[in-house]
Amino acid sequence: MSINRRQFLRRAGIVTALGLGGSFAITGLRGKVVEAAGEAGYKTSENALEAKHWAMVVDMSKFKSEDDFKRVTESCVSIHNIPDFGNPKDEIKWIWEDDYEHTFSGGDNEYLTESFKELPFTVMCNHCENPPCVKACPTGATFKRPDGIVDMDYHRCIGCRFCMGACPFGARSFNYRDPRPFIKKTNPDFPTRTPGVVEKCTFCVERLAKGQMPACVEASNGGLIFGDLDDPNSEVRKIVSSKFTIRRKTDLGTQPSVYYLVGGEDHA
Amino acid sequence: MYKGGKIIVGLVIFLAFLTFPFFYNMGKANAGPENLDANLKQAADSQCVEPADYMRNNHMQLLNQWRQAYVRDGLTEYTNSQGKTFEINIDTCTKCHSTGAASNTSGVSNPAVNEVGVSNPAVNTSDQFCVSCHDYASVKPTCWSCHSEPGGATK
Repeated sequence: MSINRRQFLRRAGIVTALGLGGSFAITGLRGKVVEAAGEAGYKTSENALEAKHWAMVVDMSKFKSEDDFKRVTESCVSIHNIPDFGNPKDEIKWIWEDDYEHTFSGGDNEYLTESFKELPFTVMCNHCENPPCVKACPTGATFKRPDGIVDMDYHRCIGCRFCMGACPFGARSFNYRDPRPFIKKTNPDFPTRTPGVVEKCTFCVERLAKGQMPACVEASNGGLIFGDLDDPNSEVRKIVSSKFTIRRKTDLGTQPSVYYLVGGEDHA
Repeated sequence: MYKGGKIIVGLVIFLAFLTFPFFYNMGKANAGPENLDANLKQAADSQCVEPADYMRNNHMQLLNQWRQAYVRDGLTEYTNSQGKTFEINIDTCTKCHSTGAASNTSGVSNPAVNEVGVSNPAVNTSDQFCVSCHDYASVKPTCWSCHSEPGGATK
């Protein structure tokens, strides 16, 4: 039993045509099924707070006592299910307290007293206009939203930690261990994280979507001012354009969206 | 055929191994998921986000679209094919799709199996909505390793 070249080619042609035709037919059917649900739509909530460039001003004159720092940090910890592992190596930080020397490192003058270097500052993710973490992320798990917020998609994070290396502010923390047992009180309205995922401050995107200000802003008694930097009438814009504010590590060119008002007097 | 006998015996043994699972399980059909409506908090005639048939076939695509819309595009509301609007949230699902029994944060009422390296001490004990099909289909979604179990939501 043998076939000649002509027969072989003919049979091969028939099989190919059947295969291709079949797959086209199936794809076409599937397309129709998907179209059936295509009329559905997605939109933002009517209450949602929207902006072109969310930014924050930290008014250091309102952070006087240890309690002012703690209240702000606690408000974030409690709603975002941030675990407390009890050791600095595994620590998960969204918003925390650091000293002057580490917050504004770089342009030090050598005669600063120790007490000045140890002045406390509230620090968090700077939601840079030019975020190095987003460039470093190989999966797009961290991304910049059109409103300026650098957000995290935990579903896509593979735990490579490139973003942690790329961030000059140490604003990203890695879950080396399962966080769930270390959450003091779980907030059921916000997901926890799994081991192997990086997390950070997201300017409370889930609260902005519902029309609420970020939790730390609410808890800060005016110490944190949040708004649209693109809006000339917003409070943050007025402060940033008329008062002396500083940002962290501007020489790196990441263009942080968190400004520190250090003048001490009352703002507009 | 050179050493034909041995080859044929070898082939028979090979085929026996290959088909062993089929013969072993023959006639022992695994019971499919039944009585799913019993795991619904709402009346069976009220409609899901989309019609039940559509949801049965496409809920995973819809969940992926919801995730994309909420997390990445910042769109938090979904209007279905009948014009009804839903909040994009996993709680929107679990409001109905759970028996609501014994809910706590240790995972007792997980509606889906989750065995992927996280500390849920009581996984796999649920007879709830997702799990009844997902166990049968041997599909193990990891939703509940981060998201709260039904009954946890305050809304």
